[in-house]
Amino acid sequence: MSNYTENELAKDLEDQEYEFGFTTDIESDKIPKGLSEEVIRFISAKKEEPQWLLDFRLDSFRKWKEMIEPEWAHVHYAKPDFQDISYYSAPKQTKKYESWDDVDPEMKETMKKLGISMEEQKRLTGTNVAVDFVMDSVSVATSFKSKLKELGIIFCSFSEAVQDYPELVRANMGTVVPSTDNFYAALNSAVFTDGSFCYIPKGVRCPMELSTYFRINEGGTGQFERTLVVADEGAYVSYLEGCTAPQRDENQLHAAVVELIAKDNAEIKYSTVQNWYPGDKNGVGGIFNFVTKRGICGTNSKISWTQVETGSAVTWKYPSCILKGDNSIGEFYSVAVTNHFQQADTGTKMIHLGKNTKSTIISKGISAGKSQNSYRGLVQIHKGATNSRNFSQCDSLLMTDECGAHTFPYIECKNSSSKIEHEATTSKIGEDQIFYCKQRGIGEEKAISLIVNGYCKEVLNQLPMEFAVEAQKLLSISLEGSVG
Amino acid sequence: MSMIAENKKEFISRLSKTSISIPEELKSLAGATLENTDLPTTRNEHWKYTRVAKLSKIDFNNSAGNVQNIEDFIIDPTKATFVFVNGHYSTEFSSTKIPEGVTVELLSNSGMTSSIIKNEGEVFNALNTAHLIDGASITITNKAQVETPIQVIHILDGNEQLSNFKTVINAGAFSKANIVEGFFATKGSEKSFANVTSEIKVGANAFLTIDKVQFENEASFHISTEQIEQDKYSTFTINTITLNGGLVRNNLNVDVIGENCTTHLNGAYILKGKQHVDNHSIMDHKVPNCESHELYKGVMDENSTAVFNGKVYVRKDAQKINAFQSNRNVLLSDSAAVNSKPELEIYADDVKCSHGSTTGQLDDDAIFYLRARGLSRRAATQLLVSAFITEIIDHIENENVRAFTFNLLKKRYGWDITPEDFH
Amino acid sequence: MIKINNLHAKIEGKEILKGLNLEVKAGEIHAIMGPNGAGKSTLASVLAGREEYEVTEGSVDFDGADLLEMDTEDRAREGLFLAFQYPVEIPGVSNVNFLRTAINETREHKKEDPISAKDFMAMVREKSALVELDAKLASRSVNEGFSGGEKKRNEIFQMAMLNPKLAILDETDSGLDIDALRIVANGVNTLKSDKNATIVITHYQRLLDYIIPDFVHVLYDGKIVKTGTKELALELEEKGYDWIKAELAN
Repeated sequence: MSNYTENELAKDLEDQEYEFGFTTDIESDKIPKGLSEEVIRFISAKKEEPQWLLDFRLDSFRKWKEMIEPEWAHVHYAKPDFQDISYYSAPKQTKKYESWDDVDPEMKETMKKLGISMEEQKRLTGTNVAVDFVMDSVSVATSFKSKLKELGIIFCSFSEAVQDYPELVRANMGTVVPSTDNFYAALNSAVFTDGSFCYIPKGVRCPMELSTYFRINEGGTGQFERTLVVADEGAYVSYLEGCTAPQRDENQLHAAVVELIAKDNAEIKYSTVQNWYPGDKNGVGGIFNFVTKRGICGTNSKISWTQVETGSAVTWKYPSCILKGDNSIGEFYSVAVTNHFQQADTGTKMIHLGKNTKSTIISKGISAGKSQNSYRGLVQIHKGATNSRNFSQCDSLLMTDECGAHTFPYIECKNSSSKIEHEATTSKIGEDQIFYCKQRGIGEEKAISLIVNGYCKEVLNQLPMEFAVEAQKLLSISLEGSVG
Repeated sequence: MSMIAENKKEFISRLSKTSISIPEELKSLAGATLENTDLPTTRNEHWKYTRVAKLSKIDFNNSAGNVQNIEDFIIDPTKATFVFVNGHYSTEFSSTKIPEGVTVELLSNSGMTSSIIKNEGEVFNALNTAHLIDGASITITNKAQVETPIQVIHILDGNEQLSNFKTVINAGAFSKANIVEGFFATKGSEKSFANVTSEIKVGANAFLTIDKVQFENEASFHISTEQIEQDKYSTFTINTITLNGGLVRNNLNVDVIGENCTTHLNGAYILKGKQHVDNHSIMDHKVPNCESHELYKGVMDENSTAVFNGKVYVRKDAQKINAFQSNRNVLLSDSAAVNSKPELEIYADDVKCSHGSTTGQLDDDAIFYLRARGLSRRAATQLLVSAFITEIIDHIENENVRAFTFNLLKKRYGWDITPEDFH
Repeated sequence: MIKINNLHAKIEGKEILKGLNLEVKAGEIHAIMGPNGAGKSTLASVLAGREEYEVTEGSVDFDGADLLEMDTEDRAREGLFLAFQYPVEIPGVSNVNFLRTAINETREHKKEDPISAKDFMAMVREKSALVELDAKLASRSVNEGFSGGEKKRNEIFQMAMLNPKLAILDETDSGLDIDALRIVANGVNTLKSDKNATIVITHYQRLLDYIIPDFVHVLYDGKIVKTGTKELALELEEKGYDWIKAELAN
């Protein structure tokens, strides 16, 4: 046997820097730390918001103050000090860009490092991706707007939507995730700075993938973005969301709210690749990712969530579907990878209200290092949800003897014509599989990457092509040197 | 919350303290828990689907009852039968020809020197400790191969009776035994509550099987906690059959502390009326090289509700664990409900663990097929439900327990199906 | 090609190989036969580098290099191929992706450029025809849902793709019907050249009707105790192994 052991390999790799750990040097327009009504009024004024939105924020804030931070998730962390966070940070240069060429070169560089530059996107996909780039909460570049406009599709930053389409925003925001839904949703409702808004008119099939990249840039700033996607009757949209954050020592809070509304016969496909900074190998730093994502389905409509979660120090996230309309369909496909000291508590809620509603849950958890990875899911079939179906498959793969993999499904059925099937397995990565690969000349790291990608295939297959490639790369990077 | 707490204290203050010899620190721990802890609400994760607040509104007391006849309550016509009424030992009904290799003592005679039950923060366990009426302590001698089952029968008799009752079982090394437990209530007994604890130690290489049949009534309450410790190379099996009881909560906690153990947890619950049955288990693998198999099946009709919450722990360094858990439910009525929460919490990597949970209905095609062969819808349903639940009952090795169970099914559901139909 | 000298190996403290000697030259086919538990599969595992086995004594020279010093994947890259007795399933990983990774890792090891997609697919078509493997199986997950015969044919298909110097077939004939056996043997015979060599490990003589060995060795109690030609295999089939045990006892 060679002298180069797995341990040495692991040691070589643990010094590997977070690939996206760099900071963009753009002077921020940042307010002092702290949270109060004044701060909220400041944010609202800065964004020239209408009174109803300020009222929404202040009402959320008052309710938030009465709420307690949830503790039921299988995660342990030092609670954020909400007075030690700066709630607004916009790049100082606030003028709107007329074209891609006008964008600050440094910012372009940032995007390039993220591997998602417009050029790259254009090259990869022809002209099939429209990107709304969110950097520290303010959307700085949108493209393909005119093309989308022809079809009546609105795709813009949340702030712009508030100014340009106030009635659409007002009629829909907070209808899926009420501001009092939970502690973090309430916080977001009070202080959100920007995000994305998307509206697909009746009967329109959005011809390209809509994409937003989020990233946290400024130290000590929390990111509170809000996404609202409305697919009107018979409309279709596929929406991509990618997230990265530069390396920071202190933990940063990310509390987003995503609301999807699929009207009758509409379909929304929402894909996320989340690669926030996970902290270093000693568990120092990293993002707290406390996100509320929920969609509501009308009759014959469909919402499909796909997520590949490899980043964040602590993840608390349950993209959910309320299957209100008869014959509606909810799907959740998830890969969650944790390494080092990462903690993830993620899953979904499928709430069956309408008749003949169907939901599918495929969750693949991979735990490495000293991480803790939990699936938590709720399947609830209400009394009126006649002939509803759920199928859930939750698998966990363990890479070391120091990590944990946990499965906490809640299955509630109040209808006797419905059917629920849930299966979960937990096992170690197959040593015989690794040996088989090695006997064919494939090195251990490559073998693990192959096996893990195969294990996640069902989920990765749900992603649009260019995202799937990125996700596969991320999986490999996240697990380098992870076998115990 | 405060109202519940006050109510709770009210009924507790009327109960007399236990006269059983129990170590002082246990008593004071139990006392402190009763003093400081409210009855659990559904905000408590372990009680998420079961409300017990109504217990606080009942004016519980305790008496020795007045049972006339126990014919209906004898599961196994064995010679070794210990009968307790509202927790009080009945010399009249007990037949204490104890087989060789077994000693049985009343806790009121032997007292207790230690306990493996958690009293801290657990209201019902603390209530049991502080106000324990009596119980049986069964010891199987090392190497004893006990052919005759030992039977412990507990009967609730009268209105608003609270029985705090306990069984202690010590199965010696290399021993083999079968213990049959029956929980019943006499006709017309209203709002009575059996609050039961069991402390079970399975010695090295021992085989212990417990068959537990619950058939109280729709106006009764039953909360039990079984705490089991398994030593190396032991095999422990418990079959829990719940057919009657208004509110039933079974807490089954298995700690595997020795390597190379096997554990089987089987349960069947067939509910109707407004029954609420909650089976809560914790299978805790603390050491390597063990396996566990858990299978619970239930059928819910009318307005009944079932809860299954099974947790499997595999602790750090407990490698080479195979743990399987399965919960299957059939809903027969739109007013019936089931909440299933199978959980895996795994901290070791070289393991094979899985769980499954299904909820559904009987196969329409199968019902149609049977009807096409001349069976009524009712008979077809009955046949399929029986087939579904027989998988559990077949796990029971003791023929008398099996026959008794089928008899109860006939009594309560009118199912005239003998086990032979399925073999 | 390979020279095994006084090889001792144990697993979980139990010695299985007890001083095994074997030399295989290029262009040769060697059959290793022996009763259950003699150490046949252990030999295959030790040569492939399975870590559960500990080599306590002896040496293995593989084309001038010390085989026992090499990692499993390097042995494979240097041209040692093991056809598994129980081929492993890898869900979600297509056969094609698996093989392309294997070929390219080997090429990288030899400082060669990766194979082009076109050449690779042409090779897949050619080699899968060799073992009459349905082209559809090439795009399915590695061994997942394959029948026993398909798995064994897939092993030979992989062997054809990787073009090893030394192939070790571990009980490749077990569980095969006569048609599958013929296909597998045909594949092996076609791949045979004066530059490569094959070790066929088998319990039954049957396979040797199709793959004609140059030498037949009897492995018993961790050692090679008898060597002969293909007639020895027939003799073993007829008389069993007891006569060898008896011979050894004298």
